[in-house]
Amino acid sequence: MAVKALKPYKGEVKDNVERFHGMQLLYIGWDDHKMFVAPFAFVFPPNMRFGDICEKVLPGAFGYHPDWKKVDMSKAQWLKSSQPWTPDMTKTLAELGLKHKDALRFITPGLTGLKGSSY
Amino acid sequence: MDVQAKKKLGLKEKYAHMTRGLDWETTYQPMDKVFPYAKFEGIKVHDWDQWQDPFRLTMDAYWKYQAEKERKLYAILDAYAQNNGHLGVTDARYVNALKLFLTGVSPLEYMAHRGFAHVGRAFPGAGPRIACQMQSLDEIRHVQTQVHAASNYNKFYNGLHQFRHQHDRVWYLSVPKSFFDDAFTAGPFEYMIAIGFAFEYVLTNLLFVPFMSGAAYNGDMSTVTFGFSAQSDEARHMTLGLECIKFMLEQDPDNLPIVQRWIDKWFWRGYRVLTLVAMMMDYMLPKRVMSWKEAWEIYAEQNGGALFNDLARYGVRPPKGFAAACGDKDYLSHQAWSVFYSYGAAAPFHTWTPSPEENDWLSAKYPSSFDKYYRPLWEFYAEQQKQGNRFYNKTLPMLCQTCQIPMFFTEPGDPTRICYRESDYNGMKYHFCSDGCKEIFDNEPEKYVQAWLPVHQIYQGHCFKEGTDPTAPGFDPLKAVLDWYNLDFGRDNLDYEGSEDQKNFAAWRGMATRNE
Repeated sequence: MAVKALKPYKGEVKDNVERFHGMQLLYIGWDDHKMFVAPFAFVFPPNMRFGDICEKVLPGAFGYHPDWKKVDMSKAQWLKSSQPWTPDMTKTLAELGLKHKDALRFITPGLTGLKGSSY
Repeated sequence: MDVQAKKKLGLKEKYAHMTRGLDWETTYQPMDKVFPYAKFEGIKVHDWDQWQDPFRLTMDAYWKYQAEKERKLYAILDAYAQNNGHLGVTDARYVNALKLFLTGVSPLEYMAHRGFAHVGRAFPGAGPRIACQMQSLDEIRHVQTQVHAASNYNKFYNGLHQFRHQHDRVWYLSVPKSFFDDAFTAGPFEYMIAIGFAFEYVLTNLLFVPFMSGAAYNGDMSTVTFGFSAQSDEARHMTLGLECIKFMLEQDPDNLPIVQRWIDKWFWRGYRVLTLVAMMMDYMLPKRVMSWKEAWEIYAEQNGGALFNDLARYGVRPPKGFAAACGDKDYLSHQAWSVFYSYGAAAPFHTWTPSPEENDWLSAKYPSSFDKYYRPLWEFYAEQQKQGNRFYNKTLPMLCQTCQIPMFFTEPGDPTRICYRESDYNGMKYHFCSDGCKEIFDNEPEKYVQAWLPVHQIYQGHCFKEGTDPTAPGFDPLKAVLDWYNLDFGRDNLDYEGSEDQKNFAAWRGMATRNE
């Protein structure tokens, strides 16, 4: 049994995609920039272009960091569930096969935070 | 007539009379129906009479001791309030440690009251029933005295006014709340390991004591006094926790693997809650007692190490996450304070950058990590703040499914890399901050799929006041969530620099110490 209980027991899943009003969760973290202490949790519609996320959403989230203006998103290296992953900026989340609650992180080579501190 | 004056009963005899026959075998109903929670966890008990209660406190003695303690405590609280004792604290930044305690810890005392009442009823043995009943009463006394002590501060400082309301809602308070809800919804034996052993015995010196010594170092006599008053109950609580684990291990060898898994789980869950204490010790106390790292070395590595050496004869090994926790001692408090600093708009207490002197103190206490990783951040923030560009992160963070803390913890052995772990369960992904939290989920996924993660709940639209229209033009979701928290924006939150608390404290202390 997947829980220790008095009798057969089924937990109520609190975060299934149906609860997000047509959106899905996507987590995005920027490695070596822990000024943003944790990966961000976003909600996007599945037909959102990945390029739009990079161009229109991420600057608002990461823009406070002085490294951000040096970032060339076309050179960023991505990981999905800690495995290398290459996005096509013109495609939507659904076309890229990104599912609800997928976790992405990107590395911007050469940028390692304030004075190389990883912050 | 031959009248012999009877000798008064000693405590031991009184106790024996009081508990005599309390554990009778029921006949109208089967024992398993009267005590339905006693067996499902798999713990085998052959003889409840083997339970030793070294205190053997009787109820009349209990009331007498507690009443005496209450009288002393309230005499001091009254005197402290009448003399405006709050103006004698080192600095009003200190009050933020109290806010953290009242919102984060005091509601747990209340849950401990409920929890011990529940497990006391659930155990078929008379010894643990009595001890749990007394601990249950202790715990409600603790929450009452804490609320009373804090209510004096609530008259003068912001952020204390909604502690109970906020405990069920605010993002970071879901961490202590979910910790206790997890324990409370487990069976009685697991609850005893979780709270009685892991929390009261292994971790209490790192939770309760730092707040109380912090209060003493910073001139807060009222908190020191409730701390002492509560601490005198803790000896009984610690004994109960230790007695319980020994009892389980002595009753049957099959209990060992179950108990060991609970020790692993509850050490890790407790350690995650201690994150709040780590940053409190290193960043929130104007006058520091010792660093988090020093406290960890004394209370966890030395004392905890001795305890587990002691338990080794039962076959128990130290908790699985112990080495990982020791490896984090150079990083934990700094990482945690950076979370609260950057999300400083969303918590009902103030945050700030450490002063240059404080940076030097931190550098001396953390020679291998502070200058390399954290000083650049604090100096950058301080500089930005001077230019009117104080950082308030407005994008919501990813949370760990188990401990519910933002995923800021780093890989074991590499403080530069965020630690990502995940599991697939019933077609959905779940994310964790650590191997410890992932393993807890993997053992009982049906329990943790139900986690009420504040960030996800906000996105689902459950964290706005009734009648809020998220489709209205200019709708500000952050403001709406803070409104639902009953957080008074601009007074309860944001930076300490420029806060109402800071201004009032300076003005009132000025009136108390100068002629104007």
